[in-house]
Amino acid sequence: MLQFLPYMVAAWLLLVGLYGIVTSRNLVHAIICLSVAQSSTYILLLSVGFERGGTAPIFLDVPVGTRAVDPVVGALTLTDVVVGATVSALLLALAVQAHKHHGTLDPDRFGKERD
Amino acid sequence: MTPALRRQVFLAAAAVAGALLLWGLTGLPDYGVYNGPYGDVLNRVAVAERSATNVVAAVTFDYRGVDTMGEEYILFAAVLGVAILLRAQRDEHEEAPDEDAADRHAPATSNAVRIVGLTLVGPVVLFGLYLVVHGHLTPGGGFQGGVVLATAALLVYLSGEYVTLRRVSPELVTDVAESVGAAAYVGIGLLGVAAGTAFLANVLPLGQPGQLLSAGTIPPINAAVGLEVAGGFVLLLSEFLEQTLVIRRPGEVT
Amino acid sequence: MIVLEVTVFLLVAAAGTAVVLTRDPLNQAIVASFYGLILGIMFFVYQAPDVALSQITVGAVALPLMILLALAKVRALEGSRRRKDEDR
Repeated sequence: MLQFLPYMVAAWLLLVGLYGIVTSRNLVHAIICLSVAQSSTYILLLSVGFERGGTAPIFLDVPVGTRAVDPVVGALTLTDVVVGATVSALLLALAVQAHKHHGTLDPDRFGKERD
Repeated sequence: MTPALRRQVFLAAAAVAGALLLWGLTGLPDYGVYNGPYGDVLNRVAVAERSATNVVAAVTFDYRGVDTMGEEYILFAAVLGVAILLRAQRDEHEEAPDEDAADRHAPATSNAVRIVGLTLVGPVVLFGLYLVVHGHLTPGGGFQGGVVLATAALLVYLSGEYVTLRRVSPELVTDVAESVGAAAYVGIGLLGVAAGTAFLANVLPLGQPGQLLSAGTIPPINAAVGLEVAGGFVLLLSEFLEQTLVIRRPGEVT
Repeated sequence: MIVLEVTVFLLVAAAGTAVVLTRDPLNQAIVASFYGLILGIMFFVYQAPDVALSQITVGAVALPLMILLALAKVRALEGSRRRKDEDR
């Protein structure tokens, strides 16, 4: 059972994030739930590359050849984290502009209230 | 579609999707057992080939440098999008920043916050620069160091005012820094083309692993990315602050 | 080591659920900052220090900061709108 725990956590976070977006009544809340759903991909990537008993793939003070975890998924994830936050900033700017035009952050009320 | 109906439909669909996900994910190899060859090959080969002891940085900026260039440009485009979206619109105007907004009941910044913030700005900048410069040796690199440098700008705002932030990082400086960082990445890539090999090939002298000046093009790329990320985040911060404190709509009092 | 891993995974799942179930965006920003910190700890357990550095600086500082700034602007807009409606 333990061997599937990270994958289940990743699947759970994805579905919980999507649930938050679908039932959201505030755009900013939806954007934060989107970032939770994004973080499930980080967990999945790093779980695939993990090797139990391995160390970090930094060979400054350990000799080359010691067992280490996969560096490729770490490289993919670290740029992903920073870029994901910047895209969330873009979405937040969109939400601010939407509020200016509609007067509300509630996506269900867009179109019913005109400024 | 009413919210309750939407929730029911989603829960039904999520049950199906969850079942499919679990079925697929349990087909993966057991967690904790890594049998893909790519990672092991890189761990064994990267230090000798690229003189970089941080294999993750070698993968990010050398083996998969084109991917990172694309990601950096997503960041650049997102910051550009924020700057466009939050510019002063035709019916808005800019006023002097009003820190004491009418409906803000925030107390004045306490002296403790000011002192601690100002004391920490120097060490945070130093730490950010350390992360950027040592990216090819120890955990760190352009992305992490750039965000830490932007945090120093945030500390300046928290312990001062918006005008202090503007004076420390004028808009022109952050714009130029960010653009130069983004262009320098491509420039370093073109060095490889000028030397006759592939784009983003590691053509600078490699040096000894463990030295500060080693790993060829990786330290310059780290510096370029650090500059770009720091400039980008400071720009984001100041755009949002400008919206809140400076730009007013007609009739907006606070 | 196994106990640590299991604990961290369960904490991550619980913190993620808490972020979604917090409806008010202002409270959610704080819970999201805590979630970022827990994710950073999980990345340390995964022996990926680079990713942990990224996550701690971004997810615990930069993202909640931008959420708070967006909320401040929205609150200013709503305050002025309310005042405009009262003056009418």
